[in-house]
Amino acid sequence: MKSLVRVASGQGFWGDWLEAPRRQVEGGDIDYLMLDYLAEVTMSILQKQKERDPKMGYARDFVGAIDSVLTALVERGVKVIANAGGVNPRACADAVLALADARGVRGRLALGVVTGDDLLPRLDELLAQGHSLANMDTGEPLSLVRDRVLSANAYIGSEPIVSALAQGAQVVITGRSTDTALTMAPLRHEFGWAADDWDKMAAGIIAGHIIECGAQASGGNCLKDWETIPDVWNIGYPIVDARADGTFEICKHPGTGGRIDVPTVTEQLVYEMGDPHAYITPDVVADFTSIRLEPAGENRVRVFGITGGPATDKLKVSIAYRAGYKAVGTLVYVWPDAMAKAQAADAVLRRRLEMLGLSFDAIVTEYVGVSATHGPLAGDHPDAPEVQLRVGVRGQDKAMVERFTRELIPMVLNGPPSVTGFAAGRPKVEEIVAYWPALIDKSVVTPQVEVVR
Amino acid sequence: MKVRLLDLAHARSGDKGDTANVGVIALRPEWYGLLARELTVERVSRHFDGMLTGGVQRFELPNLQALNFLLHGALDGGGTLSLKTDAQGKVYSTAMLRMMLDVVDDEARALALPAAP
Repeated sequence: MKSLVRVASGQGFWGDWLEAPRRQVEGGDIDYLMLDYLAEVTMSILQKQKERDPKMGYARDFVGAIDSVLTALVERGVKVIANAGGVNPRACADAVLALADARGVRGRLALGVVTGDDLLPRLDELLAQGHSLANMDTGEPLSLVRDRVLSANAYIGSEPIVSALAQGAQVVITGRSTDTALTMAPLRHEFGWAADDWDKMAAGIIAGHIIECGAQASGGNCLKDWETIPDVWNIGYPIVDARADGTFEICKHPGTGGRIDVPTVTEQLVYEMGDPHAYITPDVVADFTSIRLEPAGENRVRVFGITGGPATDKLKVSIAYRAGYKAVGTLVYVWPDAMAKAQAADAVLRRRLEMLGLSFDAIVTEYVGVSATHGPLAGDHPDAPEVQLRVGVRGQDKAMVERFTRELIPMVLNGPPSVTGFAAGRPKVEEIVAYWPALIDKSVVTPQVEVVR
Repeated sequence: MKVRLLDLAHARSGDKGDTANVGVIALRPEWYGLLARELTVERVSRHFDGMLTGGVQRFELPNLQALNFLLHGALDGGGTLSLKTDAQGKVYSTAMLRMMLDVVDDEARALALPAAP
C-alpha cells in the first residue's frame, strides 16, 4: 500500500481552463487526475444533445483533456477519474477509445465505464411503483411536471468507481457521480478503507469538496487579501496529498501562482454549504464541524480530525424539466441623473408591456452599477456616472417573451435620453430548463461497471 | 464603537436551488466569539430585509471560526429560472459584509477591533 496518494484537480466545471489537466500531470508527480464536469444544469444540456445525436451527451472537452495527458497515462501510470460521461458514458468511452486508436495506444489504456445513474428510461415505472420523486424544496409531486422532464439522474457514490479501479481501469468515466466521490474513490481504493469506516469516508469526501471547484481552493475567487494573491494568471490547481489514516494536505505544484493557506481553504469549505453537521452523500454523512486545518508549510494546509456517520438509505436525484422561456435585455443610461433616467425607462417599458397585453410569471428589473446585486444594502448613488438597466422576463408563452425582446431597443429613440449600450441587439429568448431535486430509495438504483480496453 | 463586518471577517457564498449560502469566516480567531454572538438569525434577517422571500438559518463552525447562513428565497427561483444578475448567489458574501456592528468600547479595545472609517 502506498503511504501517500496524490489526487490532483484538473477541472472545476465544464468550461474550465483547457490546459489545467496537462499542467497538473506535468507539474510534478501525481497518482490521480480528478476532472469534474457536471453542474446541475449540465445534465439537461447533454440530454438535449443526445436527443439530436445518440453519439453525443457527454463532456466533449474530456477527449481533448485525455489527449493532452495521454503520455502520462501510458508511460507514468497516472489514472484519471471524471464524471465526463454525462448522460452517455458509453459514447464518451468510445470517443476515448477512438482517440487511443488514433494515437496508437489502444490496448494500453483500460477504461472503466460507470452507468446506472440514468433513471429517465425507468421514470414511469418508478412513479408507478410509488416513488413520488417529490421536489425536495417544495414537496410537490413529480407528476406535476412529468410530461416536461428532460433528464433524471441519481447521484451515485464511490462504490462503482472503486470497483472499476480494482478491475484495473486507468481512466474511469462516470455519469452523474457526486463530485466528491471522484476524489474519495481512489483514496478508498488505494488505502483499502472499509465502506463503513465513516470517518475515512468523510475525510475523502471533504478532500473532494475542497478540490472539486478547481482553483477556487487555491486562491481563485478568494476575498481575503485578494489583491496580494500572486500570479493568478498562472494559478496552480489544488492537489490532495492523502494518507491512509484519513488525514490529508492540500497543496499545489511548485512554480504555480495562487495561494493555499488556511483562509483560502476555509473559503472553499464553506462554499455551497448547507447544514455543516450533515453533509449528506451516498457514501457517508460528513461532519464539517469536525474539520481541523493548520498551516503545513508554504502553500500547504493540513486537514485532520474529520468524522462522519452512516450514509442514509436514499440517493439524491437530479431531474431537469422544461419550465418556460426567459429573456434578459440591457440598456445603459448615463449622467446626469443616470439612475432617474433608468427608472423612468423601466416605467415606460412596463407600461408598454401592459399596453401590449403581455403577461409574464416574473418581470425583474435591476440597476447594474447601483443596486443589482446588493439591493437596498448598496445605498443611494444619485450621481452615478452610468447605470445599466437590466430587465428580464419569464413566462410560459414563448411568443410573449419574444415580443418583449422587441421592446427594448425602441426605447433608445422613444424613451428617456442619454442612453447607449444597445449594440448587441435584441436579447435572445431562451428555453428554461429547471432543476427538480428529489430523493429515491438506494435499493432501486444499481450502478454498473464495465472495463473496456 | 461602530465596526464594519468587512473588517472582521471574510466570506464566500454559493447556491442550492433558490437558497444562497453565506459562509462568514473570522479574520482573527479571537473575533469569532463576537461574530457568533452578534450575527444572530434576527440580525441577519433584518440585514437582508426585503431581499429574501424565505427565512434565514444559521450554523456555527467554531472549528473553522466560521458561521454558515442559509438565505432562503434569495435567488428569484435560483439556477436557470432566475432572472437576477447574481442568480447563483455568488456575491451575497460581500452583501453580508456590509453589516455594521455596535461594539462597546472596552470590548472593541480588548479585541483590537478596527473602527469603521
